[in-house]
Order: sequence, then C-alpha cells, then structure tokens
Amino acid sequence: MSLQLSEATQARWQKILDSYPEGRKRSAVIPMLIFAQDEIGMITRELMEEIARRAEVEYLQVEEVVGFYSMLRKQPLGKYHVQVCTNISCMLVGGMDLWHHACQTLHLGNKQTSSDGLISIEEVECMGACCWAPAVEVNYDFHHHVTPARFDEIISELREKG
Amino acid sequence: MFNQPSPHEVKILTRCFGVENSHRIDASLAHQGYDGLKKAIEMGADAVINEVKASALRGRGGAGFPTGLKWSFIPRTSPKPKYIVCNADESEPGTCKDRLLIQNDPHSLIEGIAIAGFTMNSNKGYIYVRGEYRYLIAILETAIAEAYQHNFLGKNIQGTGWDFDLYVHSGAGAYECGEESALLNSLEGKRGTPRLKPPFPATHGLYQSPTLVNNVESFCAVTHIIRDGAAEFAKHGPEKSGGTRLMCISGHVQRPGVYEMPLSTTLPFLMNEVAGGLRPGRTLKAVQPGGSSSPILLPEECNVGLDFDSLAKAGTMAGSGGIVVLDDTADIVSYALRIISFYQHESCGWCIPCREGTTWLKKILERLDRGEGSMKDVDLVGELAKNMFGRTFCALGDAAAWPTGSIVKKFRGEFETKLAAHQAKQVSAELVMIG
Repeated sequence: MSLQLSEATQARWQKILDSYPEGRKRSAVIPMLIFAQDEIGMITRELMEEIARRAEVEYLQVEEVVGFYSMLRKQPLGKYHVQVCTNISCMLVGGMDLWHHACQTLHLGNKQTSSDGLISIEEVECMGACCWAPAVEVNYDFHHHVTPARFDEIISELREKG
Repeated sequence: MFNQPSPHEVKILTRCFGVENSHRIDASLAHQGYDGLKKAIEMGADAVINEVKASALRGRGGAGFPTGLKWSFIPRTSPKPKYIVCNADESEPGTCKDRLLIQNDPHSLIEGIAIAGFTMNSNKGYIYVRGEYRYLIAILETAIAEAYQHNFLGKNIQGTGWDFDLYVHSGAGAYECGEESALLNSLEGKRGTPRLKPPFPATHGLYQSPTLVNNVESFCAVTHIIRDGAAEFAKHGPEKSGGTRLMCISGHVQRPGVYEMPLSTTLPFLMNEVAGGLRPGRTLKAVQPGGSSSPILLPEECNVGLDFDSLAKAGTMAGSGGIVVLDDTADIVSYALRIISFYQHESCGWCIPCREGTTWLKKILERLDRGEGSMKDVDLVGELAKNMFGRTFCALGDAAAWPTGSIVKKFRGEFETKLAAHQAKQVSAELVMIG
C-alpha cells in the first residue's frame, strides 16, 4: 500500500524540512514522524521509508528513533487516546485512583483500545499540569482537576462526538 | 492562568498574564514588548552579557547555573555558525511553568531568544517543545510569524544588518531530552541520549557548533532584565539568586498553583500564605522542593529559603521550581516507588549504572510497597542509590538516586511499619489456616 498523506501534512513536512541548515535534514525525522502519526494513527514501514527518503537518511536511522520516543508507536491506538497522569503531583491528589477508575469502567488495560476503536487509555508520566492535578490529556487536549465523575463525562462526550 | 493569582506575587515574567490576547503581538507591544531587544541592540553584545551577569539570574531549568556566565562561554567570534536553543521540554514532575509562559506571553520568550541571538551573533534558533505540548506549537508559530512581520526576526532586524531565523521543533516524548546534550542529539534527529562532557554545548553543541541552551523561563527573564535593568530584577532575590521565579506548588496544599515569587521567599511562606496551607486537620509529612529529582525534606527541615543556595545548604536543590507537598495521608513507600518507576521508564539506557540501577531500585521498591522483603532491602536501596550517584553520563542517574536515597534514610520507620503490618497479616492468615 502506498503512503497517502493529506496536503496539510505534506505542507507541514515541507515546513519542517526547511527549518534546518543545509545538509542537516536528519533533524526533521522526529517532527515528521509525529505529525504523520497524528494523521495516520501509527508509524508504518512505508512511512518510515518515505521519511528516510525525504530526510536523506538510512531507513534504520528512522527505525531507531521510533524505538526510543514514547509517543511514537507502531500499533494503532483509539481515535481518542486518553492519557492519565499518575506521577507524584497527580498521584497525591487521586491520579492513581483515577487511573484504576479508567481501567475498570472502560474494561481496558494500559495502551489498550476499545473494540470500536474509539477510545484507548494509557498511564503516562508527568504531562506538566502538576498544579491543576489530577490531569488527563485526550490526544493533545488537556483536562485539569479531573475527578472520576468528570472522567466519565469526558468519555461520554467523546462517545457522543464519535 | 489555571489558578487564581496570589496577592503576594511579584509579577515580572507573568505581568501580562490575564491581559486580553496576551499571546498576540499587539498586546505585547502595548506592554513594552520588544523594547528589550531594541535596547540590547543599542547596548551591544558585551554590555548585554554584563547585564545578564549582574542580574544574578540562574538557569531556571533545574541546574541553576549562572546564566550570564553561561552566555560568556560562547565563542561569539567563532567562524562556525552559532545556535540558540530554547529548552521547552518541560517534564520534571512537579513543574508546569514553561507551558504557562509560552501560552500567555510567547513574545517575551521570542524576544529573549532574539536578544541571545543578537548577543551571540547567531543566525538561527530553535525552540524544542515537548511533544505533549502540541497546542503551544500553534501559539508559538503565530507569535513567530508576527515577530517576522514586525522585523524582530528575519533579515536585517531593526536595520542592524543582522539576520535571525527562529523555528519550533517538536519532541516526541522523552524526559531525557530535557538534558541539554540529549536535547541536542534529539534536535539532530537522533535518539535522545546524553553526550560525554566536555566538550560542552557552548563550544560543541548543535551540529558540533557553539550553542547556547537555556530554559524558557531563563530566556523570558532576560527580556525583562535587559528592558528594566539588572538591578530591578536582582533586587527580588538574595545576592547569588537574582529575581523572581515561577514557583509551582502542588500536592497536599489548599491552593496549589504556579505563583511568581521573589527568590527571597521562604518555603513556609509559600506553603502557608500563598498556597493556603495544608488541608484542615492534616499535618506535614515531607516536601520535595525542586521537582521529583530533589532530595526530600522532613517537616523540621522545611524552614528554609527557596533560593538556590539556601536549598543546597539544606542538602537538597531548587531544581526546576516544582515544590511537592505531602501531608500525613501520603504513603511514602508508594511515593518512592512512583518516583523510581518514573526514572526507570525514562532512563535512556545509554549507561549502565542508570539503566540497571533504576530497574533494580524499582524491583526492590515494588517488593517493599507490597510489604514484602525485609529491612535489608531498605538498606540495599540506600546502597544502590549511593553507588549510582555521580557515576552516570548525565544527571538522570543522580536524579533517580538522590530522592530515593533520601527517602529511605529519612523515612526508615515508615518502611518498617509497612513491612511489620504485612507480616502481621500473614501470621494471622497462617493461624486461621492452622486453626
């Protein structure tokens, strides 16, 4: 299957590639990966090959980066990836309980996706919302002071949105 | 802001927070935006560096290195290109201030970076934003475009003949990339592992060229220092820790939040007067004063100033300004496990003491958190932590060892209680079976 990317992502890639000095296109690899992943949902072999070609690096130099960064993934996750922080500041005010609540109510484990492909959950490290904890990030949207009741509301809202 | 401001705050970096459309250039210009850059151009590079030195500004990312001194290390006349890199990979647990600075006042950051660019005779800068802060990239890109339109970035800036381009670079989830040499590797498109130092980034940084790496808050502070003068900033802190900083207080206080406070503020004042104190009926158990990497303080050690030197003297550190408060409801064994789980997850695996050390510490603390194991395991945690300390490429190993070692030393009794409770439960279960 050949790689199909939207015009917006193609334009983003070009902007990224133009950001670095002559002969330094390798710098573009990580941003290119994450912006493309946002569109197609995961990192595929075709995507890595295309990025290797565009950034003028070896395929393996893309592959080794994918293995390192925790936001890059080779498996698809839900359309809405719900990330619950359980690090210290969140943990002290109920983050761990919130994470257990998420697992129990959604019948999902860490990095698992609902059968309709809509929602996946992940226990994540500090996301920079310590003073407004517990925090949840749905894709790239932050939610602060999330109680279990508020969590259920967020999930219903996501299900309604579909 | 996501929390109510406090009347005790001294608003310098946060002075535009709450102004309508504070992230846009019109609002910024209405509040002296880019006056600092214009002044820096008039002053010239040497005077700018002296001014930053005189402000006693110390790096707000965690290490607390004097910013002016760091600036003076860059070989400005080197024939190689010079790069300015802003570290916006904020990920120290307990810290959430850089996000607010970018969200509310991106122009102060851009201005600070441009001042550094002018000073170092640099033509290119990068803002490395952590992957999770995606919404900030749009805010920064809009602000950068506005700065280009007003000729604060781009070609022949303000008629000086100096060109400077600024780009935003997205990370993809790695705490280690907050370490400056790992950040540079990541910015080069590689795995985010640290480099052996020396040579330091000042001479061999991005693409092996002279590179200045500073935290978001440090660059923002420079903007205000140059515009209003070093003395105006320095007066808010003790002699060697100038100015204000955005203190992030979280955990068991009534009004957790980010507050811009003078560095002369004490921990009890921040905790009780600014953050509203503990919840009613609770007592203080411990405080981590500088993010999850800092050694923990017992209640009797908490009467301390929040500047870099006072906290160092108290055996801990000011770090990134994340102050985590624990009351008597906190389970310190679980807390220690959560800290080490974080470092174990984030260890980049580059060097053995950190990769193996964090893994073993996690295994042992998991056992202890279940109430299993023995007091010998507690000693082993202390021993392991001691042997990791200072034996790694970068500070992540130290950051894992330091708080863990301090917790087992200061809270030995809590580990004993947890083990005893579990053993008592097991004995009674056996008796039930025999009976």
